[in-house]
Amino acid sequence: MEQLKTIGRELAMGSQGGFGQSKEFLDLVKSIGEARSKAEEDRIVLSEIDILKRKLLEPDIPKRKMKEYIIRLVYIEMLGHDASFGYIHAVKMTHDDNLLLKRTGYLAVTLFLNEDHDLIILIVNTIQKDLRSDNYLVVCAALNAICRLINEETIPAVLPQVVDLLNHHKEAVRKKAIMALHRFHRKSPSSVSHLISNFRKRLCDNDPGVMGATLCPLFDLITEDVASYKDLVSSFVSILKQVTERRLPKSYDYHQMPAPFIQIKLLKIMALLGSGDKSASEIMYMVLGDLFKKCDSSTNIGNAILYECIRSISCIIPSPKLLEAAADAISKFLKSDSHNLKYMGIDGLGRLIKISPDIAEQHQLAVIDCLEDPDDTLKRKTFELLYKMTKSSNVEVIVDRMIDYMISINDNHYKTEIASRCVELAEQFAPSNQWFIQIMNKVFEHAGDLVNIKVAHNLMRLIAEGFGEDDDDADSKLRLSAVESYLQIMSEPKLPSLFLQVISWVLGEYGTADGKYSASYISGKLCDVADAYSSDETVKGYAVSALMKIYAFEIASGRKVDVLPECQSLIEELLASHSTDLQQRAYELQALLALDARAVESILPLDASCEDIEFDKDLSFLNGYIQQAIESGAQPYISERERSGMLETTDYHSQDHHEVPSHALRFEAYERPKPSSLRTQASTELVPLPEPSYYSEAHQPISTSSVSERESSEIKLRLDGVKQKWGRPSYQSSTSASSTPPQAANGTSSHPDVGVGSSSLKPRSSYESKKPEIYPEKQRLAASLFGGSSSSRSDRKSSSGGHKPAKGTASKPPKENPIPVQPPPDLLDFGEPTATSVTATDPFKELEGLMDSSSQDGGSTDVMGVLYSDAAPVTTTTSVDSLLSELSDSSKGNPGTYQSQTSKGPNSQEALEKDALVRQMGVNPTSQNPTLFKDLLG
Amino acid sequence: QIHFVLLVSRQGKVRLTKWYSPYTQKERSKVIRELSGVILNRGPKLCNFVEWRGYKVVYKRYASLYFCMCIDAEDNELEVLEIIHHYVEILDRYFGSVCELDLIFNFHKAYYILDELLIAGEIQESSKKTVARIISAQDQMVEAAKEEAGSISYIIAQAS
Repeated sequence: MEQLKTIGRELAMGSQGGFGQSKEFLDLVKSIGEARSKAEEDRIVLSEIDILKRKLLEPDIPKRKMKEYIIRLVYIEMLGHDASFGYIHAVKMTHDDNLLLKRTGYLAVTLFLNEDHDLIILIVNTIQKDLRSDNYLVVCAALNAICRLINEETIPAVLPQVVDLLNHHKEAVRKKAIMALHRFHRKSPSSVSHLISNFRKRLCDNDPGVMGATLCPLFDLITEDVASYKDLVSSFVSILKQVTERRLPKSYDYHQMPAPFIQIKLLKIMALLGSGDKSASEIMYMVLGDLFKKCDSSTNIGNAILYECIRSISCIIPSPKLLEAAADAISKFLKSDSHNLKYMGIDGLGRLIKISPDIAEQHQLAVIDCLEDPDDTLKRKTFELLYKMTKSSNVEVIVDRMIDYMISINDNHYKTEIASRCVELAEQFAPSNQWFIQIMNKVFEHAGDLVNIKVAHNLMRLIAEGFGEDDDDADSKLRLSAVESYLQIMSEPKLPSLFLQVISWVLGEYGTADGKYSASYISGKLCDVADAYSSDETVKGYAVSALMKIYAFEIASGRKVDVLPECQSLIEELLASHSTDLQQRAYELQALLALDARAVESILPLDASCEDIEFDKDLSFLNGYIQQAIESGAQPYISERERSGMLETTDYHSQDHHEVPSHALRFEAYERPKPSSLRTQASTELVPLPEPSYYSEAHQPISTSSVSERESSEIKLRLDGVKQKWGRPSYQSSTSASSTPPQAANGTSSHPDVGVGSSSLKPRSSYESKKPEIYPEKQRLAASLFGGSSSSRSDRKSSSGGHKPAKGTASKPPKENPIPVQPPPDLLDFGEPTATSVTATDPFKELEGLMDSSSQDGGSTDVMGVLYSDAAPVTTTTSVDSLLSELSDSSKGNPGTYQSQTSKGPNSQEALEKDALVRQMGVNPTSQNPTLFKDLLG
Repeated sequence: QIHFVLLVSRQGKVRLTKWYSPYTQKERSKVIRELSGVILNRGPKLCNFVEWRGYKVVYKRYASLYFCMCIDAEDNELEVLEIIHHYVEILDRYFGSVCELDLIFNFHKAYYILDELLIAGEIQESSKKTVARIISAQDQMVEAAKEEAGSISYIIAQAS
């Protein structure tokens, strides 16, 4: 018996195809696996690169060997090293006739090359040949490569063939052809714009896989142009209905949900189509309502669909009933112990709040728990929600919280985002000017290098202009408070450059305006700034200009100016500066100091930063001078329009120059639809074009600047939503501006309920037993965030609790058991599909009229109906499936229950085989890392 | 849309990478370093999502291996979590109770399977059976000898 087993293991080694590599490769993988540091790993890889470089130079490498080399190259590249020396061999391998080698070649090139690599041209040829192959696997491999490698220039070379493949008899090929066309559409919409009808046609393909794949391009198309797809609303609805009725083949089931990925895609499309369209939305009510009933909220995939339903409902014009269903689903999410579901719940809340603003109120404690959760992801999501529900009554609490959080994190990307949100909220809802300046100071102090420079300019303008009211007194108070706060902050070390610019500017403009601070005091401070940040030229420039203003105001008001010695030395230093800008500022300052009061006043008048400067665009004051010049024989001026006649040629030239890289040449090369001559043209025309580099050069600066612009436009968009949401007078009137000082850090640390371990239990109990256990801080925070008093909340709670009392009692006893005790057996009625399949009308027939080519497919729609209904009754759940479905249960924490006794038998044997095999090969990482053998699903 | 797929071991070793959006080799290393730093340090009970540079990364741990997918901010995280699981289930079926070692030595097979599941960052096939069918059709092109050995080992396995 023992002997038999050993033989078995030995044989198994041969059967494990992937292990059929040479000792060298296995050794490589093994040594990498055992490397203890990144440096060691790098050393191993580098020596492997040397070996491969040498080996690839050898003549007549056998193909099998070559295949292994290429896989080794893939491995090297995967580990983050450059394997470009071997790319050409991978390209060559795609030319091979042996499918196995060809596939390896394609795999390698799709991993190595991106779409604008030079070597792509050498592959286009092969791809064209392979698309014509009789073997559908070859065609599939080529289509896979197309999706990764074809760029705008090479699309025309393969497009006709891909379109032909849409009617291939193998569904796998049709599906990939659809995906390839989708890819083309992404790359260059114009190249496939005439083929869009094909997508509609494939929507009623016999094969559900092809239909599902078609939803991807349709989603993109509908995103771009909703109006021309409104006719498909009822088709999508009927497809979704059929899917939920289990009329797709059983093989599309996933954890007992019928084709959930297709359902989600359909829901996404419906959200687009129903947005702002009452009649389209109404068609969807039925199926959406059904989904809420049918989705099994104990599985992760069921919740994924529920969440997608919530999203759809927040996009379309929903019915009150649907809204209620969505709100219920959200509250289930929020009450769940799973962080994932809480996260989704907060997200859903943020979406639904646009439509029904009071929905947040009943969840206020859950929201606050999430806000104080140690999980950063959840916290951020909650901040996003708070941002969406900010109004003038709670802005102080929310922004304070945001700033505390902003200070606590290191992630620059998110810091920037939250800083810009703080600024935006402060700008929109600031209750007082002082508060606004305080907030801005904090933002600048802690994230000054990250915020958009526009924010700084806005702040300066705001301080200069005041807040719109014609109240000079208030304005000067504001300025004084700004100056005071800045003088205080200035002593802090290491302030961000942008903040210092603002400080310098404000001090220069208003530092002495009030008479509270002397010119020498302020100028001393400014000199300190210039001194402390001597490497930052912008700050220095601002400081010098500020000094100039201070002295100018002094001179203008008739006081004698004593230039401080440090200031004098600063000026002298800058006079010799390498920066011409600083030099000029210094010279200007020096010149100004020598002028009399009257002249200085007209150069730099007091508080005139906001005065409009009048431009004399015609330069009329020069008329006399011109007259004189002409009289003494000068040529008269020729206006631009008159000159343009001469310039036209050059204009043309430059226009040409611009167009060349974008369009003209490329299309010439491909427009001739002769496939035979096309290939040679492609290769000759494409090589010499230096386009890619030009393209990237031209576009780089634009893209960088557009980032900030996008940011700001995004801000604008959101603003509208905020106003709308909270604009209701009835709601706002009830809110008391009870701005509790948020005890962020204190609150969290002093109460054990927000600790990691107990956080899952605590919130639950606080829901059920309502008042007594709620901490007063939390309550106060809730009140200040949500504006509702606690009594009104509990009213709400009891009313909302009225229609689901059973749930409350059911979930109470099994507190330790994270699975919600509500397996609704009637929702997962397996008998149903059989019943529905008998129904006489085939909803798919409704599609027929929509498709222009339905006559051609006339037979197929029927076939499909039969096919689906045939498959539907086969709903006997196999034990494997049900085991797998348990697995996905996210609330279970560990996916461990999968391997039950029944399925363990063969698995353990396989594990044994693997173990034996690995030992035989001398790869024995067991001692190092036994987990390598652990079943991923076990 | 999925921007990349990443398989990292608990020790931070890369087991598989697939990039659907263009990243240079340098960026790739940086992304992997950054993300494995974030994800490997997260506690077990936290969300399976991480917000990262304006994208979201959905990850799930299976034994000692982390499967990560980077998606757009507007995508459905729970769905992606299930796409990951779907992939693992297919791997499991293919390798027969898959373990990390299988993926280490057969990473190219894992790539083939991934290519049947996702194309250009979109899910192309949600039926396990269909994926399995096409993969096995491809495998049949592999040496016939292997099949033979497989059948003998099956007989022996039955006997023992």
